[in-house]
Amino acid sequence: MAKSLTQEFTKGLWDEVPPFRLVLGLCPVLGVTTTLENGWGMGLATMFVLVCSNFLVSLLRKVIPSKVRIACFIIIIATFVIVVELMMQAYAYELYISLGVFIPLIVVNCIVLGRAEAFASKNGIVPSLLDGLGIGIGFTLSLSALAAIREIIGNGTLTLHKKAEIMFELANYAPSFEPFAFMVQPPGAFICLGLMLCVMNLIGNK
Amino acid sequence: MGDYVVILITTIFVQNILLAQFLGNCPFLGTSKKMETAVGMAMAVVFVLVMAGVITWMVYYWILVPFELKYLKTIAFILVIASLVQFVEMFLKKSIPALYAGLGIFLPLITTNCAVFGACILNINKELNFQKALVTSFGYAVGFGLALILFAGVRERILLARVPKPLQDTSIALVTAGVLSLTFFAFKGIV
Repeated sequence: MAKSLTQEFTKGLWDEVPPFRLVLGLCPVLGVTTTLENGWGMGLATMFVLVCSNFLVSLLRKVIPSKVRIACFIIIIATFVIVVELMMQAYAYELYISLGVFIPLIVVNCIVLGRAEAFASKNGIVPSLLDGLGIGIGFTLSLSALAAIREIIGNGTLTLHKKAEIMFELANYAPSFEPFAFMVQPPGAFICLGLMLCVMNLIGNK
Repeated sequence: MGDYVVILITTIFVQNILLAQFLGNCPFLGTSKKMETAVGMAMAVVFVLVMAGVITWMVYYWILVPFELKYLKTIAFILVIASLVQFVEMFLKKSIPALYAGLGIFLPLITTNCAVFGACILNINKELNFQKALVTSFGYAVGFGLALILFAGVRERILLARVPKPLQDTSIALVTAGVLSLTFFAFKGIV
């Protein structure tokens, strides 16, 4: 059953939104979401790799022998990850430093490999591109949402772009607010994601 | 000697790779439903992570650095780990079938385990020497196993409890992991 192109795109936004519905690629989700800037930065980097690798995999899907396909996918993905790594070193060095080891870790992010294997290797170029874009945007939005919740509760701020000083400080509006530092620490990440998943289940149960 | 003890305590408890560094969370949630699978996964990770840590260290300092190919470390490491896992699998199948049967499906899964890859990258980023890289890899692996087995024990008990419907399955697992992470957090003052 072929879905329409719009469906391929929009399924990534709610029906199959990566960290919640598919429960894949949790490491960056938990690891980097201490500030909003990290959240969207990581999301965009992953989205770039996802779209490019989906494109290349679907382009080469008839050339790659099925026995060695996983190895080929990994090499394609690793190439784009290096591209992102070098680009970020050149143009967004501070973000690169604060994301740290999680940039090279996009290689082993199950979402990227999962989409290459489950979708791009079986579908044409246009649906694969849209699929990558949809899942990528869904991933970026969920990372940003989790990061925003953690940062506003744990630190009382929302940093959209640190260098350009585009940030929101809760202390300016509610002086009595005491940051709950637990949220930006590792245990808070697990609990916050667990509760968000619970809310998603509450809303989405049909 | 004291150095190595500190490294071990740091990597097992304080900087636990699962609960403090968030590496390898997919297998953490995926294989912790049953104690048996958790033990299998933990053994496989200890085995592969130590070997991968040593071999990627050698590849980096003896091949990539002399040829000034440092920027290729991502692609080089993932290839090394993938072929190492394949090699270990074939070797075990031939010579130690009992261990092979025990590890089973978990060996191939390790290729995409970010704990292995992440630990290798962290070793290189911290510019550790060979012995320290070896001890660090071992500590990370033991920490992974410890957290995974503890978590599997807790999860088996949760099956008996009555959990509200929206919280069931992954959701309650994550909250439990948070509590476990909180207990590991208490080790922070030690080192």
